[in-house]
Amino acid sequence: MARAVNTSRKSLNTAIAATLGLIMFFPVLWILILSFKSEIDAVRSPWQVLTAGWTMESYGAVQERSDYFKHFMNSVTISLGSTFLGLLIAIPAAWAMAFVPAKRTKDVLMWMLSTKMLPPVGVLVPIYLIFRNLGILDTRSGLVIVLMLMNLPIIIWMLYTYFREIPGEILEAARMDGASLREEVLYVLTPMAIPGMASTVLLNIILSWNEAFWTLNLTAAQAAPLTAFIASYSSPEGLFYAKLSAASIMAIAPILIMGWFSQKQLVRGLTFGAVK
Amino acid sequence: MGQITLNKVSKSFGELEVIPPLDLEIKDGEFVVFVGPSGCGKSTLLRLIAGLEDVSGGEILIDGKDATDIPPAKRGLAMVFQSYALYPHMSVRKNIAFPLRMAGLDKAHQDKKVEEAARVLNLADYLERKPGQLSGGQRQRVAIGRAIVREPAAFLFDEPLSNLDAALRVGMRLEISELHKRLTTTMIYVTHDQVEAMTMADKIVVLRAGNIEQVGSPLELYRTPRNLFVAGFIGSPKMNFVSGPEAQKRDATTIGIRPEHTRVSTDTGDWPGVVGVSEHLGSDTFFHVKCDAFEEPLTVRAGGEVDLKYGDKVFLTPDSAHLHRFDREGLRLP
Repeated sequence: MARAVNTSRKSLNTAIAATLGLIMFFPVLWILILSFKSEIDAVRSPWQVLTAGWTMESYGAVQERSDYFKHFMNSVTISLGSTFLGLLIAIPAAWAMAFVPAKRTKDVLMWMLSTKMLPPVGVLVPIYLIFRNLGILDTRSGLVIVLMLMNLPIIIWMLYTYFREIPGEILEAARMDGASLREEVLYVLTPMAIPGMASTVLLNIILSWNEAFWTLNLTAAQAAPLTAFIASYSSPEGLFYAKLSAASIMAIAPILIMGWFSQKQLVRGLTFGAVK
Repeated sequence: MGQITLNKVSKSFGELEVIPPLDLEIKDGEFVVFVGPSGCGKSTLLRLIAGLEDVSGGEILIDGKDATDIPPAKRGLAMVFQSYALYPHMSVRKNIAFPLRMAGLDKAHQDKKVEEAARVLNLADYLERKPGQLSGGQRQRVAIGRAIVREPAAFLFDEPLSNLDAALRVGMRLEISELHKRLTTTMIYVTHDQVEAMTMADKIVVLRAGNIEQVGSPLELYRTPRNLFVAGFIGSPKMNFVSGPEAQKRDATTIGIRPEHTRVSTDTGDWPGVVGVSEHLGSDTFFHVKCDAFEEPLTVRAGGEVDLKYGDKVFLTPDSAHLHRFDREGLRLP
C-alpha cells in the first residue's frame, strides 16, 4: 500500500527541501550576482550589492587580462583527451573483468578503487619530478595522462558494472556467429553499453574539468585550464571580488550547462548502474 | 553433413567433475535430445560440443575431423539460446544477417538469405523491428533464423522453449520438428522436459550427474528403460514404483507400473485401495489411489468418463505384459 501523505506535511517537506536547495545554491547565485557588479559595489554590504547597478565590465576586464578562450580550449582538450584515453584502456579492462573473471578479479577492482583513497598530495613530488624529467610539465598531453590515471579506476568500475548487466549469452551468441573478439566488442558489446558509456564519459569529463590539484600544480602558462584561470584571480594584488566572480562564472558555466542537459544520464552514472 | 562423435569427453570445473568421460555418436541428420533433471550436465555437454567450454579430456569429432581445439565459430555449428540472445540494438534483419556479415558475405547475398529465412519463419513483416518489439515466440523464431542462415552442419538448441508459455511451447515444438524434417540437418536439443524429448527426438540421451543413463529412441526408453532413473524420468505421469512382497513375488526388488498400464475396477482386482485426489483432464482422469499393500499412493489412468469420488473403494490390477522389474541396483531385469 502506498503511504498516505497529507497535504500540509507534503508542503512542509517541499518548503524544507526548497530552503536547503537555496542554501546550497546560494554561493553560486551570489557569485553570479557579484560578477555583474562593479568592483566597488561588490565589496559593499549585501543590500547595497543587490541594489547597485548592473554592469558587464568585470567580464570585459577578465577577457582583457587573461585569454579566456585559450584556457577554455585547454580544459576541453584535457577533459576530452583524458576521458577518451581512459575509455581506450578501460573498455578492454572492464570487458575482461566482467566476462572472464579470475579468482582475484574482485580484489583487483577493490585495489584500483583504493588508489582513489590516497591523498594526491602524497605523490605530488614524485609525479612532479617524473613530469619534469620527461619534459611534460605544463603540457596538455602531460595533464591528459595524469587526469586519465586519476580517473581510470572510476571509469573501469563504472564500465564494469554496466558490462555486468549485459547477459553473457549474447556475447556467446556473437562468438557462435563468427565474431572475433574485436568484432564482439565493437559490434555487440559497445553498442549495448552505450547508455552506460555515455554517463561514464559525462562524469569523467566533469571530473576532469573540475580537477584542480594536478592542473594547478603541473601547469604554468601554456597548458593551464580554467581551474588555473580562476586561481590566477585570487592573486597577490588582493582580491577583486567582481573579477574573481566573473572568472568563476566563465569557468563553471560550460560544465554547468552540460551537466544540466545531461542530468538523467548523470544520475544513472552516479548510481553506478544500481538503478535501471 | 553433421555427424558428431564424442570420444571420452569429460569436463571438470576445478576439482569438480561435472561430466565424467563419456562416448556418444550422433548421426548425420538425427534429432537428438539431451534430457535430464537440472544440474545433470546436459547444457554443459552442449556447450562443449559448441566450443563455448573447453573439454577437460577426450576429443570431439565433427564429420570425422577433430574439432576439440577449434573455436566455436569455425565448427560450423549454430546455437539457439534459452534467452534467445538476440542483439537488442539491431533490427531483426540485422540480427539474422549478423553471422553472414561476420563471414564477410556481400550485402546482396545477405539480404537474399535473410529474406528467405524470414519467409520460412513467418518473420517477413517484422524485419525492420527491434527484438524488444517482438513477442517471445517471434524472438525465438529470430534466434532460429539467425541459426538457419549459416547453413550449419548441426543446430544446437539450449532449452529454447522454456521461456515461452505453455500454448506457444506446443506450437514452437511443432515448428522446430517441422523445420528438422524440411532441412534434415542434425539437431541437438537440450531440455529438462521429457514431453519435449518424447515428441521431438529421433534419439534421446538421458543424463544424470553427467553420466549417460540410456540412449535410445523415445519408444525404446518408454518400453525398456534400463534402470529406475530412466523409468521414472520418461513417461508422464511418472511410473509407479513398488517394492516389498509384491515385488518379491515377481522376483524383483522393485517393480514399476505405468499409470496407463493399470486397470481400475470397483469390484475386483489384485490390489484393493481407496481413491484419493483425482485429476480430470477431460480425455483422461488420473486417480491417486492409496493401496492397502503399499505406503505410497499409486497413480492410475482411467478414461475421462470414469467417475470415482474421494474415498471410494477400488481395486487395481497391473498389466503384467507391461510390468517393469528392477534388481537391487535399480537395473532392469530381463
